[in-house]
Amino acid sequence: MSGHSLLFTFFALATCLSAVAVVISQTVVRMAFWLIISLGSTAALFFLADADFVGAAQLLIYVGGTLVLLVFGVMLTASGPYLKIETSPGETIIAGMIGLLFLFIVYASISGVDWKSTPGDAVATDSPLDNRSGADGQTLRPVGLSLLGLRPDKDLSGGGDGDQPSTGYLLPFEIVSVHLLVVLIGAAYLARAKRTQQASAS
Amino acid sequence: MAAELHSYLMVGAVLFVCGVICMATKRNGIGVLMGVELVLNGANVNFVAFSRYTKLGLDGQIFSLFIIVLAAAEAAVALAIALNFYNNHLTIDVDRANKLKG
Repeated sequence: MSGHSLLFTFFALATCLSAVAVVISQTVVRMAFWLIISLGSTAALFFLADADFVGAAQLLIYVGGTLVLLVFGVMLTASGPYLKIETSPGETIIAGMIGLLFLFIVYASISGVDWKSTPGDAVATDSPLDNRSGADGQTLRPVGLSLLGLRPDKDLSGGGDGDQPSTGYLLPFEIVSVHLLVVLIGAAYLARAKRTQQASAS
Repeated sequence: MAAELHSYLMVGAVLFVCGVICMATKRNGIGVLMGVELVLNGANVNFVAFSRYTKLGLDGQIFSLFIIVLAAAEAAVALAIALNFYNNHLTIDVDRANKLKG
């Protein structure tokens, strides 16, 4: 067993087991802790799949930003240090059975696909990034260029098989930027509204 | 290659199922939000795996970047709604949110 597959097994087990622990644990603080483990291991899986920029963004934005936001939400809404809102055991058993059934359905549909015979030779025999500019997982420059509208990893000269040349992601990038601004203003307004009413009432 | 893609997809499936169960069973509003994060992460794992093991190239990685950013935005708005709900009801139990029930 090579080092890569050993690391993959370790981090995949950490991801799956802590995701299960998020579902099982009752107090919301412990859920947040297991979610940190799960998301961090997912970032490690991204690093193993040669997506180092996505892994770094996952660590920075998810683990460093979104989870801190969630923990702040826990602190602002809990009336005690270990707030428990129990689900009844019958519901837990039903949810477990439905979850196992659902997982079996997804597993059956994944293994039902024959990846070798997909049309157009979709599954690469080697990493498609290897012979292009994203070799060895150095994806920072290709990702940044494609967000600017350039695609260094695709042949844009129009050779190919008559497809439209793939353009970059400049327009989605701009839309997401404006969307983030709108979301920040909206979240600040939503979180403030009640407090100003109380201040004016008193 | 297909075996490794298969194992990545299984990790994504486990994350997705855990997130769905978390969303369905948790009565704490913040817990429901954590379930949403798990589901989005399962989708991210699938995108990155397809970007690595198929001829998709960088498209999968760019999509997962967009998903990460939009999940952060969603968490901010949902948290503001949860705080407003807590200010009005003095609890975060989603079963108490039944004002609109007919």
